[in-house]
Amino acid sequence: MQRAKRRVTLPDKRVSEEVLIMNELKAKPIYLDYQATTPTDPRVVDAMLPYFTEKFGNPHSRNHSFGWEAEDAVDVARGQIANIIGASAKEIIFTSGATESNNLALKGVMKFYGKKKPHLITVVTEHKCVLDSARHLEQEGYKVTYLGVKENGLIDLEELKAAITDETALVSVMGVNNEIGVIQPLKEIGEICRERKVFFHTDCAQAVGKIDLDVDDMKIDLMSISGHKIYGPKGIGALYVRRRPRVRVIAQITGGGQERGMRSGTLPTPLIVGLGKACDILSNEMAEENKRITELRDYTLQKFRDRLADIYLNGDEEARVSGNLNVSFAYVEGESLQMDIKNIAVSSGSACTSASLEPSYVLRALGVDEELAHTSLRIGIGRYTTKEELDEAIESISVAVERLREMSPLWEMAQEGIDIKSIEWAEH
Amino acid sequence: MAYSEKLIDHYENPRNVGSMDKNETSVGTGLVGAPACGDVMKLQIKVTADGIIEDAKFKTFGCGSAIASSSLITEWVKGKSIDEAGAIKNSEIAAELALPPVKIHCSILAEDAIKAAISDYKTKNGQGDVEAAE
Repeated sequence: MQRAKRRVTLPDKRVSEEVLIMNELKAKPIYLDYQATTPTDPRVVDAMLPYFTEKFGNPHSRNHSFGWEAEDAVDVARGQIANIIGASAKEIIFTSGATESNNLALKGVMKFYGKKKPHLITVVTEHKCVLDSARHLEQEGYKVTYLGVKENGLIDLEELKAAITDETALVSVMGVNNEIGVIQPLKEIGEICRERKVFFHTDCAQAVGKIDLDVDDMKIDLMSISGHKIYGPKGIGALYVRRRPRVRVIAQITGGGQERGMRSGTLPTPLIVGLGKACDILSNEMAEENKRITELRDYTLQKFRDRLADIYLNGDEEARVSGNLNVSFAYVEGESLQMDIKNIAVSSGSACTSASLEPSYVLRALGVDEELAHTSLRIGIGRYTTKEELDEAIESISVAVERLREMSPLWEMAQEGIDIKSIEWAEH
Repeated sequence: MAYSEKLIDHYENPRNVGSMDKNETSVGTGLVGAPACGDVMKLQIKVTADGIIEDAKFKTFGCGSAIASSSLITEWVKGKSIDEAGAIKNSEIAAELALPPVKIHCSILAEDAIKAAISDYKTKNGQGDVEAAE
């Protein structure tokens, strides 16, 4: 009962005691999966809270103060979001997240311009929601070109130039890759697209807050933004849609005609306020934050390199966002590694957890050997990561890699100087 | 993924990890799987003159279920005759470890590995390649 102040209120006292004991036994887990999602910044939560309760009005209610109050808050947020990408507030369309933004950008643009220009260009390493939207368009008869990437994960600009035809309506290239963190040359892509009078859409879910973005300087016509990747709430995102020269999209969700007819549905004021606040924080703190996170990332990589042989960084080391380390620990399968370090939350490129048993399509697109793709971990460093946490993670991962290598027949062969590629493996 | 206690125990405290001299005539070695598929199992047995498996060792590159399946099968085959060991079915391994459906292939690999090791032993000892595991 001395622990009463930490007690969880549960109907059964015995259960609550058990929960307490279990929690105390478990070491505090370390979160290193900031590309999957981020915790909402407490300052964001504070900004949001009043809009759930006393300021609950519908921002579309035009004839009373409750509506006006909510509308004002939405307008402020629109400005805050526009501000960090060099856009104007009127060009921001709210959506439920980057997945919806990407769907709206690809399907919306292609369906508006597709009669004359049925061709879309995108990249094989895009997020699944872009690739799947492209597949759907293909099924409806649109033509899609999927650009490959170089070994470092970046597209070849000459290949892009060659792929554009008079029938191309849209080029969609992500700003930052979610798995390997590489930064595509957005400004150069924008120049090429503008010169050829093709619209340029970029999925910047992983780029906002990590790299400087300016829609005019980079000649970006549409940009997808996510709330929960930038310490904002889940369930909110935005699509930037250029007004001059005007980009038209066909709405994918119809109804009351909100968001200039491009996306119907009552705006979720609290979430929008949260996304706005998250952007506002970034506009003040981004430079300093990325400097700190880059130092932590470089420190972590160096520690791994000092301690372990045969580790490989996937994706370009220079053109890379601050918080992403995607490392292959050769001869150790990713899922078993994750099992060993269950106190540390990371992602694995080994899709051994999925039914497909195929390793990451992004790593394969880079030409990473399949056996190495199975050994990759994505370590995501973010706003709340400390050096102490990383030291613990480095130690824990290194011990696990050493243990599993001792158990690995491939490691044994490598030590004996046998080239595992020279063996005729029976594929199963 | 929720794993059974037995599986986690075999993963965390694997039995019989190691290697034997594959050139010894009393040792049979099975190497199955492929690195590109994310699973490779090496299973070795040491067989007495009267055909009893007196020792077994493994090394596995693969997920937790693959490691646990190979650890379990080395435990099971020790003390068995090579015929008994060759009759172990993957379904028994899957049941013992409560493997989830996507991990059944790990138990198949373990069955393949023991069959390959027995076959290698028989070939070495002039007993023919009767039970060669494909």
